[in-house]
Amino acid sequence: MANLRVPAMLRSSVGGERVVNADGATLRELIEDVEKRHPGFAGQLLETDGAQRRFVNIYINDEDVRYLKGLDTPVDAGAVVSILPAVAGGR
Amino acid sequence: MSSTANNVNGTTSSSNGTVNGTARGAALTLDQARRYARHIILPEVGSVGQRKLLAAKVLLIGAGGLGSPAALYLAAAGVGTLGIVDYDTVDLSNLHRQIIHGHHNIGRPKVDSVRERLADVNPDVEVVTFNEPISSANALDIIRDFDVVVNGSDNFPTRYLVNDACYLLGKPLVDGTLFRFEGRANVFLPGQGCYRCLFPAPPPPGAVPSCAEAGVLGAMCGVIGTIQAVETVKLLLDLGEPLVNRLLLFDSLTMEFREVKIPRDPDCPLCGDNPTIHELIDYEAFCGAPVTALG
Repeated sequence: MANLRVPAMLRSSVGGERVVNADGATLRELIEDVEKRHPGFAGQLLETDGAQRRFVNIYINDEDVRYLKGLDTPVDAGAVVSILPAVAGGR
Repeated sequence: MSSTANNVNGTTSSSNGTVNGTARGAALTLDQARRYARHIILPEVGSVGQRKLLAAKVLLIGAGGLGSPAALYLAAAGVGTLGIVDYDTVDLSNLHRQIIHGHHNIGRPKVDSVRERLADVNPDVEVVTFNEPISSANALDIIRDFDVVVNGSDNFPTRYLVNDACYLLGKPLVDGTLFRFEGRANVFLPGQGCYRCLFPAPPPPGAVPSCAEAGVLGAMCGVIGTIQAVETVKLLLDLGEPLVNRLLLFDSLTMEFREVKIPRDPDCPLCGDNPTIHELIDYEAFCGAPVTALG
């Protein structure tokens, strides 16, 4: 079981929750697990071909999964998974 | 003027800053010694450091939510030259967070409001204003003469433009963003990762709401903009450990600070091992969206 920290921008896709629990051996399985309970969630992170969106970062603990094994990165029990979409606001 | 980035990287020093720890700028006046006494008494700053700050040139992209606190603190700190890029006018809806502007400035160009306010905060500071949109046509010329750039823009084309221009010119970029109750801050040093390493591509137009669409807690701007000012002073004085290769995340609702890593991407088209971007591009086309107001 890992904890997914959901940023404000995406919380509406998980019923407003800040943190959701998810099961899975890899990041892909984790996302699929959340998608079962919150249909539409995966579409916030992934393109239609299943690839990770290039403007949405996902971190396992503090590591950007793009620099690990992407969606196939293993997720240990108790890991904290953070989602960070690009934002541009400065005003 | 040589780049303070080189100071940060430890290879050279600013022509009007210090060489081997000896200040080369003008000696402090009695008033300056009193004004900056709480800086000067810090062993890490001292008279030499204060003279470095007075000799430094910092450019702020945007005089809005982030630019306001950053400009105020950098001016108060005695950063000798502050450049401000903003072509917007002060609007009533700005005033809950853009604390450099006052009610009487509504309708005036923001750069004029900033110039007046900073002159009152610290007459030591020379304010250089750019009342124009920053673009591929002028970005290199605007940024070239400054030591550090502080990013307070509010749109993706400008963020990629400023990132690329800073990298191409070898300038440190102190970045910050806001969204509702959350903020982020980090420092990009040339050669140690860039905004493209963090976000390889911008979102499609309309996919990510702006602060105007999503809202932002006003005081959040003070937290992140002030962190940007702190990081800028640290860079100028070569102090501590700047937020390089790490992204600071702040959630004001839980009052929680966290960090994640920002590695340099060896495949980055700008700062990677085999770069393909060697000059500024058309950022509106790259992002598929027009540049909107700054700050």
